[in-house]
Amino acid sequence: MSTFASQESATKISAGESISSESIAESGATASEDVAQYAMRLGDDALILSQRLGWWIARAPELEEDIALSNIALDLIGHARFLLTYAGTAWNKSEDDLAYFRPEEEFRSCRLVEQENGDFGQTIARQLIFSMYQYELYKALAESSDPTLAAIADKAVKEVEYHVDHASQWILRLGLGTEESRRRIAAGLEYMWPYVEELFTDDELIDRLDGVAVRPSSLEEAAMRGIRSVLAEAELEVPEVAQARLTSEVRDGSYSEHRGYILAEMQSLARQHPGATW
Amino acid sequence: MLTTTVYPYILNERSVFISLEDVMTHTDDAVAPEQEHFDALIADDSRIEPRDWMPEAYRKTLTRQISQHAHSEIIGMQPEANWITRAPSLKRKSILMAKVQDEAGHGLYLYSSAETLGTPRPVLNDQLLTGRAKYSSIFNYPARTWADMGAIGWLVDGAAICNQVPLCRASYGPYGRAMVRICKEESFHQRQGWEILYELSHGTDAQKKMAQDAVDRFYGPALQMFGPPDADSPNSQQSMAWNIKRFSNDELRQRFVDMIVPQAEALGLTLPDPDLVWNEERQHYDYGELDWDEFMSVIKGRGPCSVQRMKRRREAHENGAWVREAAAAYAERQAARAAEAANHEDHETETAPSSQRPAAQLIGA
Repeated sequence: MSTFASQESATKISAGESISSESIAESGATASEDVAQYAMRLGDDALILSQRLGWWIARAPELEEDIALSNIALDLIGHARFLLTYAGTAWNKSEDDLAYFRPEEEFRSCRLVEQENGDFGQTIARQLIFSMYQYELYKALAESSDPTLAAIADKAVKEVEYHVDHASQWILRLGLGTEESRRRIAAGLEYMWPYVEELFTDDELIDRLDGVAVRPSSLEEAAMRGIRSVLAEAELEVPEVAQARLTSEVRDGSYSEHRGYILAEMQSLARQHPGATW
Repeated sequence: MLTTTVYPYILNERSVFISLEDVMTHTDDAVAPEQEHFDALIADDSRIEPRDWMPEAYRKTLTRQISQHAHSEIIGMQPEANWITRAPSLKRKSILMAKVQDEAGHGLYLYSSAETLGTPRPVLNDQLLTGRAKYSSIFNYPARTWADMGAIGWLVDGAAICNQVPLCRASYGPYGRAMVRICKEESFHQRQGWEILYELSHGTDAQKKMAQDAVDRFYGPALQMFGPPDADSPNSQQSMAWNIKRFSNDELRQRFVDMIVPQAEALGLTLPDPDLVWNEERQHYDYGELDWDEFMSVIKGRGPCSVQRMKRRREAHENGAWVREAAAAYAERQAARAAEAANHEDHETETAPSSQRPAAQLIGA
């Protein structure tokens, strides 16, 4: 990629350079309908999880953890802003148009990130699963033939590496800590486990985006190996619970009951003042 | 009781009891040369460091002041965290989260700084949770609207900056150095708050109204952050003599008022004080009498959100107990394993002296 660094590039965005949602909006890169749909999926996952983690701020078990969880939430909202800004180029919409003025059924988040925080164990269980998945996803997406997606993923993967470490370190402490922590993290893993399969499910959109999107099924082996290895080290069992089937043929039609509440809270103020700037 | 006015946040008259016997090796009975050395450092406007001898009252005053500042940062996270999930744009949400995160960071620097005086963080935390330590009364007011995020940033952080900039030169080294970092971030926060209000006051009618309402509610309590009038704050003198406090409450309040009047004009918002007027002779703004009865009542725990704030802090602490216990148990387990491994290695090699391996035992501790 560096070979071309001095050459004129079609867009101002390339891997290894610092990016912001403003720079994406101004880059001139325009997502196709399919690419936008894909970017929106990834952006919604990041946004909803950030929203969930934001709840923990001023409620965490230790001050250090208030900082850690808000750091992760900040990284995720950063990813969401990049991805939604890029998606919005297809429809001439801003990140805020997409975040605040899309109805529930048009969001594309997976059910895992929508699940309730529960106790700290439940939140960490979700963090382990999602971070391992997202790490493998961004690692592969950094090689995407779409330069904007590749640049976003290249930046994000470095952050998610820390999210994986954070979750793994806590899984060890909770798994090997006390009887109570062991019971709670095991319960958290069981609660989140039914939504694992969805992360690795392909659909037609992915088929159409060969070389641009990352095929979710291709991430399963590496992500699950990572998850199993941390659980084994923490002497925790891989939960044996049924996977929650998708209610529609495609991921886009399936979502949890939680989504409506998350959006009702998140969008309430923006929707009271349509057209206002903040 | 050394001071009723503490910088940058306000204290109750009741002092926080700290069992100094447990943590101090020196007392005021220490030999005169130590006192002389301390006095000389203060006279030189030099820094006192943790290893230096210091009078018990100096240590106690600082411990109380620094820990109450830390508690204020921690409780102060709550009114702003109230809007993280509802922030009206992704950019604002991101800035707000970063700001609240900074406050947790300030709490950490300050607790660390207080710990250098000999009181461990869990003890300080316990003083907060049991209500023996106070925090700034401003955080006992509700953050009802998004505009409150602007008013808190502009007025509350603005008042904190006026208070805190001179504290960067506080005679106690770890405190002064912590304040340098904190002030840099606070000034960023104040600008963000001002920017929120600027957007609102130049927005729709509803937004303007929201902005004015927030300023109306936060103006008085923000001015009270500097503490009671000088006439009612006789003990500030000792803090000033120790080079902890550099300016009186009223001096700082005046500086703040002079600063915000033109800023309010630039925002197109009014300050809710009919007596606010430029005094040509003094070259300062005159301002009206503040409601000190309200101030005292809020300090005594009757603030609109006093009970709620403490309840939430206690709940976070209690709900997190099992997590902290797990982390401690894990650390012990790892330490035991490392010790066992080191022991095993000893038997295997029987050459290297064990003193060369203490680091291994600390891993995971």
